[in-house]
Amino acid sequence: MFQRAFIRRGLTFAALLAAAVTPSLARAQGTLVVYCGVDEAWCRAMTTTYEKQTGVHVDMTRQSAGEIYARLRAEKDNPRGDIWWGGTGDPHLQAADEGLTEEYKSAALPQLRDWAQRQAERAKYRTVGIYLGALGFGYNKEELARRKLAAPACWADLIKPEFKGEVQMADPNSSGTAWTALATIVQLMGEDKAFDYLKKLNGNINEYTKAGAAPAQAAGKGETLVGIAFQHDVIDVAKRGFPVQVVSPCEGTGYEIGSMSLIKGARHMDEAKKFYDWALTPDAQKIGAANGSYQMPSNNATPIPPEAPDLSKIKLIEYDFAKFGSSAERRRLLARWSTEVKNQGR
Amino acid sequence: MTRLWLLLGAVGLVLLPWYGLETPAASVLGLRAEAAPALFAGRWWLWPLVVPLGMAFAGWLVPAGVAGLAWMAGQGLVIGLRGWGISWLGLAGAAPAQAAMGWGAAAFALACLMWIAIGLARRGWCRGDVFVLGALLLITGLIALFVAWPVLSILSSAVRDNAGAFTPGALPDKLFNRAIWGLDCLGGGRGCGVAWNTLAQALVVGVLATLLGLAFALVAVRTQLPLKPLVRVLSLLPVITPPFVIGLALILLFGRVGVVTNFLANSFDIPRTRWIYGMPGITIAQLLAFTPIAFLVLLGVLEGVAPSLEEAASTLRAGRWQVFRTVTWPLIRPGLANAFLISFIESLADFANPLMIGGNFNVLSTDIFFAVVGAAHDQSRAAVLSIVLLVFTLTAFLAQRAWIGGRSYTTVTGKGDAGLSAPLPLGLKAACLGVVVPWLVLTVVVYGIILGGGFVKTFGRDYTPTLDYFLTAFSIDRGVGGWFLSGSGWRSFITTMQLAAIATPVTAFLGLLTAWLLSRQDFAGKWAFEFATMMSFAIPGTVVGISYILAFNVPPVELTGTGLIIIISFVFRNMPVGIRAGLANLAQIDRSLDEASMTLRAGTARTLRLVLVPILRPAIVTAMVYGFVRAVTTVSAVIFLVSGEYNLATVYIVGRADVGEYGVALVYSAVLIVTMAAVLVGISAMVGRQRIGRRGTLPAAELATT
Repeated sequence: MFQRAFIRRGLTFAALLAAAVTPSLARAQGTLVVYCGVDEAWCRAMTTTYEKQTGVHVDMTRQSAGEIYARLRAEKDNPRGDIWWGGTGDPHLQAADEGLTEEYKSAALPQLRDWAQRQAERAKYRTVGIYLGALGFGYNKEELARRKLAAPACWADLIKPEFKGEVQMADPNSSGTAWTALATIVQLMGEDKAFDYLKKLNGNINEYTKAGAAPAQAAGKGETLVGIAFQHDVIDVAKRGFPVQVVSPCEGTGYEIGSMSLIKGARHMDEAKKFYDWALTPDAQKIGAANGSYQMPSNNATPIPPEAPDLSKIKLIEYDFAKFGSSAERRRLLARWSTEVKNQGR
Repeated sequence: MTRLWLLLGAVGLVLLPWYGLETPAASVLGLRAEAAPALFAGRWWLWPLVVPLGMAFAGWLVPAGVAGLAWMAGQGLVIGLRGWGISWLGLAGAAPAQAAMGWGAAAFALACLMWIAIGLARRGWCRGDVFVLGALLLITGLIALFVAWPVLSILSSAVRDNAGAFTPGALPDKLFNRAIWGLDCLGGGRGCGVAWNTLAQALVVGVLATLLGLAFALVAVRTQLPLKPLVRVLSLLPVITPPFVIGLALILLFGRVGVVTNFLANSFDIPRTRWIYGMPGITIAQLLAFTPIAFLVLLGVLEGVAPSLEEAASTLRAGRWQVFRTVTWPLIRPGLANAFLISFIESLADFANPLMIGGNFNVLSTDIFFAVVGAAHDQSRAAVLSIVLLVFTLTAFLAQRAWIGGRSYTTVTGKGDAGLSAPLPLGLKAACLGVVVPWLVLTVVVYGIILGGGFVKTFGRDYTPTLDYFLTAFSIDRGVGGWFLSGSGWRSFITTMQLAAIATPVTAFLGLLTAWLLSRQDFAGKWAFEFATMMSFAIPGTVVGISYILAFNVPPVELTGTGLIIIISFVFRNMPVGIRAGLANLAQIDRSLDEASMTLRAGTARTLRLVLVPILRPAIVTAMVYGFVRAVTTVSAVIFLVSGEYNLATVYIVGRADVGEYGVALVYSAVLIVTMAAVLVGISAMVGRQRIGRRGTLPAAELATT
């Protein structure tokens, strides 16, 4: 009796396990593996909308652009992903440079803004621009008022002694945002002066975070006074009710061109191309603003979200994507930054 | 029996697709060229496999099995995905290409193993017991493939540069780098090498966790306070808590705008700082997680101290302090060493808390992670760091086993055990309580935040109750195809539960089988076998993760991106829990039971199934419960292994917390904790109502010592 009961319970348990497992085996008709490089909410909205409209089953992984790039390299002999949507443009260009991504000219290409088309040209059509976001920083208004400090307006303000231990930025080794910041400073000041600046800034940095958007979040919560991040990330935090003010640095600032690439050797190339075309339509690009991402969209017909930073009032530098998107330059600058700045401690 | 295994070998060669684990069942009969069985589609390098098969049919089982496995391994390594896999062989000619081995290869390899087992049994090995030999070879083979091979891959990756070229000359440079061993922090403001950081962190946590655990154990055993049940419950909580949420809760409490910090700043004008980020924060988080383990170890030791010895001392007019210092303390010293080493090893391996709250304080486990995912993408550096961490952990692990191991220090014997334990010296009692009570309060507060923090708008600023975060993660929506799970957390949640549920029975089965082999069978090289099985949990999770990527990203065995690799990592990480539980239970079962069954002419397998398994139910439950829970809460080993299709709950939560979305992270953690508590209860109810183990503390103590 005891035996039987035991076996029966065991079987019930096994049956329950089997039931739990079955859905994973029953795959949907069409499948698409998306590596998504933007904010989680936007990634999710994009994929669920696409799933709802097409019935295609989308497997989405959200990671930072750097992580996706690393993953593409690791998987290059045997790619798992189909499409890499979003994330700052440099790693996309690098991946194109290394032949990790596939050439594709969407029919929608002529509808895109100049900078988006130029991005595609640079990569020999292995990537395309989907949004533009300007770099900047955000400060916590309450903390600033409590300390009775003047609001920072320029890059130069961030190395002032009163901001010691109050500035946060991501680690350019892991974050595309921070790499854009590093490249921007170098282009603004020239390399040697830029590293002098970064060394001084290092004294004021309280933490190099892993994710690019984390400093904006931290500034919103007050965990840091100033966070260097993309302006749209800061605006997103402010829109959610945190006392944070976005700043577009007075000296001028760099920007990212969020991009999209087809992964070379994708297992679902046809599905991926359909997603690619869809992602360039105004309807798909509207999803960003609806989910708290206020970048400038790349399709001319997509309405610019009112919250988006007004590009006409921002001093954008002539960002040299060819130079700062190349693997060699990136490796050299990152190595220099790691040894001369980060590993120097403070 | 033999025929069955011969048949399996033949099926593996001529029926099942040789390549690809994801080949659908429809192509089993070779409908598609790439899914053809080994002997078809012109793959000449597989044809020699017919020879071992023929040898096996002719009855030369051992040579057949060895030859089959050797040829499989040889051709697998020589012929890669894109041509010759080993360049130094200097093979010329057009290189054939082959994908990763699949079901056919797996079936053939299993058949080869079993041929060897049968052959050896016929020669009288292990008293001619095929079952024992088969089980032994199976487990050895699995451990060789999934523990030894990945570790070897790490070692080999360390002597290569980033492009894959063989550069052993650069190894000393990489290994004795200033970034690892630098001592600059002693001289000036610069940071120390990451190896020293890690060691210092582990030492501090080891010492403090031991002392705290001792204070708890003393309060629980030697005072009359009704704290014992509470302490016991709290000591189980960390087992079902995803490791990093503790760090998260600490940020919400003590971060620069944390609740406590706010209070201190507003009421006493104490300036806000970021002191929690870095070593202090990691220390507190790890103490919250590991003190219960130290407590459970010391509880057992303290309960084992015979009161009669202490009574004897006090009748000889020793004061309370003197009794404690000269009798109790020496008796529990080995237990203290054990608790210290366990906390030390846990701290070395901890990945999630340093990631969450470490600030700029780097430790090895996180550095390994960033070496791989960072823009530098330096696998070689990750391998070198892994080796350093591996050496640390293995040293501590071996020290623990050699020094204390399974030896018993209890003084409880059959007689003269009556008597009352000596009361604690008053000063000590006060000190213990002074530590224990605030710590309990902190624990309760931390868990309050974890469970409730995700249901308010912004913890620390705005306590309006909200379901927003919960709905973000776990909402259910309606679309074209009917209801579907639109919450962001569903996919990872379901995947986690599925993979853990698949891994759980396998973990328990392999663990208990191993335990049975270790406790009931004698064979040559048993110590090596035992060492190899225990190795797999001495290896820190991050090292396991990176080594799996290195070993299984390309053929012959390619698993990255699949759910299978996650299941396998679960199984081999958690198998030792099953082994421990099995060993403890088997030790309580007299061999005469097995012998009785054997004399009644039941075979080994039958005896195991009908006699031992029913008695081993408690061990089975323990192994299943902890196998499941540990699989669900693990982060470090799987963070490299997740993919778009197979993302896991813990990795998702870490990602949310990393960009500052604490609400979602907390809600998700709370859901996980509640689910696991339910599973704990559910599994024990379903598999049997019997209490787990003979003593209530047994399973937890088992877990603690692993």
